[in-house]
Amino acid sequence: MAESDKNKIKSLADAIRDLVDDTPITLMEVCGTHTMAIARYGIKSLLPASLDIVSGPGCPVCVTSAQDIQFAIDLANQKDCLVATFGDMIKVPGESSNLGSAQNVEVVYSPFDALEMARQNPGKEIVLLGLGFETTTPLIASLIKSAASSNLGNFSVLPMHKLVPPALKLLVADHDSKLDGFILPGHVSAITGTGYFEFLETAGIGGVVSGFTSLDIMESIYVLIADIIAGRTRVLNNYERVVRKNGNPKAFNLIWEVYEPEDSKWRGIGTIPASGLHIKDKYEDLDANCKFELKKREVEEPKGCICGEILMGRKKPKDCRHFGKTCTPLYPVGPCMVSSEGTCAAWYKYHKE
Amino acid sequence: MEPKIITINHGAGGRLMHEFIHDSIVAHLGNSKLDKMDDSSVLQNYPHKLPVLTTDSYVVHPVFFSGGDIGRLCVCGTVNDLAASGAEPLALTLSFILEEGFELEKLDKIIASIGKTAKEAGVEIVTGDTKVVEKGKGDGIFINTAGLGFVDPGVSISSHNTLPGDLVLVTGPLGNHEMALFKDRENMNFQYSVQSDVTPLNLKVKELLAHTRNIHTIKDPTRGGLASALTEIAQNSQVRIELEEEKIPVDKEVKAMCDLVGFDPLYLANEGKYIIVCPPEETPKVKAAFGSETTVIGQVEKGQPDLILNTASGGNRRLIMMENIQLPRIC
Repeated sequence: MAESDKNKIKSLADAIRDLVDDTPITLMEVCGTHTMAIARYGIKSLLPASLDIVSGPGCPVCVTSAQDIQFAIDLANQKDCLVATFGDMIKVPGESSNLGSAQNVEVVYSPFDALEMARQNPGKEIVLLGLGFETTTPLIASLIKSAASSNLGNFSVLPMHKLVPPALKLLVADHDSKLDGFILPGHVSAITGTGYFEFLETAGIGGVVSGFTSLDIMESIYVLIADIIAGRTRVLNNYERVVRKNGNPKAFNLIWEVYEPEDSKWRGIGTIPASGLHIKDKYEDLDANCKFELKKREVEEPKGCICGEILMGRKKPKDCRHFGKTCTPLYPVGPCMVSSEGTCAAWYKYHKE
Repeated sequence: MEPKIITINHGAGGRLMHEFIHDSIVAHLGNSKLDKMDDSSVLQNYPHKLPVLTTDSYVVHPVFFSGGDIGRLCVCGTVNDLAASGAEPLALTLSFILEEGFELEKLDKIIASIGKTAKEAGVEIVTGDTKVVEKGKGDGIFINTAGLGFVDPGVSISSHNTLPGDLVLVTGPLGNHEMALFKDRENMNFQYSVQSDVTPLNLKVKELLAHTRNIHTIKDPTRGGLASALTEIAQNSQVRIELEEEKIPVDKEVKAMCDLVGFDPLYLANEGKYIIVCPPEETPKVKAAFGSETTVIGQVEKGQPDLILNTASGGNRRLIMMENIQLPRIC
């Protein structure tokens, strides 16, 4: 890191301390990459004690409901079916097991690998788990479009996507969360634009779109704190080198060509209206929900796991009776411990007392 | 023509086994002790030194990888374990567990690599064993080597010997071995090229000890990487270790690949690097013996056993032992 950047970070840390001046302030980041970056750079060690940064529902693996995971496991245990997924997903517990112990699962690093798998295994049904927020969804939407035009009969997507704004609205309305501002996701905003988050201003809470370097994050915290202390409520863009006000309309519109919003269950939180995505009828041949006779079944979340309250910023991992004892990265109980971007996994690795 | 393969008879003690031992093993590894083909080998003794013994098994997948193969690995791993105690390796044992159907040509290549690496390290293979398991009961090839070395009684190097005031060095960039395996295994279309660092380090230790015996700890950060090895040192020696993130050498290709796939280079395995802990005045000698890539990355302090990373951003965080593996079967 350049000496000048280090000096900037140091000055920002001093400026934040002066501004905060023991006022209790709670900020929330809602992007798993920010959770990891903050932990990895040791950002919290640079901030005053009265300034708290909590992690919201920003990790796609963590918010996928046990019911959806169980459905993926059930599909993967069907003969002639092969479920393709990103690596983090295979360890998340469903009802009693996880995807990793299911019969037919392949880890992919790019969703386009799944299409290639379908070409190479004509006798098998390839199901790609459609995970992620507004960042990755356009990629999978474009994959669905190319699958539709290539007439591959043995490929489908199980949509598990989530949208960020409905969760933020729920957080703002939740009085127990006591949030003063949001550090908004840089990658999502690159697609959606900052305008996508301006509803927060009317809801009375500010936010800042941030990049992912330590300097980006410290600057973002500083400008957000400055607004909070001054009583200003607005959505700022502190990632201008990547994010525009109207985002990337071409990529964003891809989502709406292929998907439409539907109510969706978030792990530990419950159903949030219009927070998930459903594949449009036009592409229903590529929707694993329509393709298979197998149906989703009710699945109970693990007892005593407070992942939901952690995702809502009401509680911290250390408040959970499982944390670090019965729930570790090796034997996760809740999803926040599974993904490396999960709040509990980041706490376990970087904050363990 | 069908490739020649290992059959159950290669491990059965009969003609095929003897031919294999003669044509392949003795041809590549032969020396005055192995050539006798006795059931055991009688070795030289060094009455004024202490014997040092270690063993390791190798199950790496794939067996040929960028920068090395299981043959080179099974010599380096064991030799480096011996040298980490300050010992000069004298002899290795070599045991194969082969799966029926494994290609003889591949095996011959592996044995040639063992011979070449043993020569490089100046150590002899003095006895061995070959077993064959039925098809489906193994994964091609597993190797075990045990190593015998001797250390001067005046040398005391251990993970329990680190002291407050010492400096922590690494002998080069970290993570290349595990990242090379990951790249080969997953056939990832990275534009980056990365090679395993698998190398015998015993001659460098010998050179170092010729100049100073005041070295407290040597440890090879294999599985679990730098963070796990240093956590162990902090606990065994009951000291607090502080690392400077910016000083920890990681090649830019490895760093870029880590960013892409979410690995932490501090937890990646190495097969040709040491962590060396010594008093500050000894660091020039470590650098002279191990080369210009050797870097001081941190210091040892009094206090509760702990491993703290001072981040490049000016913050700090605790490092813990690796919890779950990033990649299985890396050595």
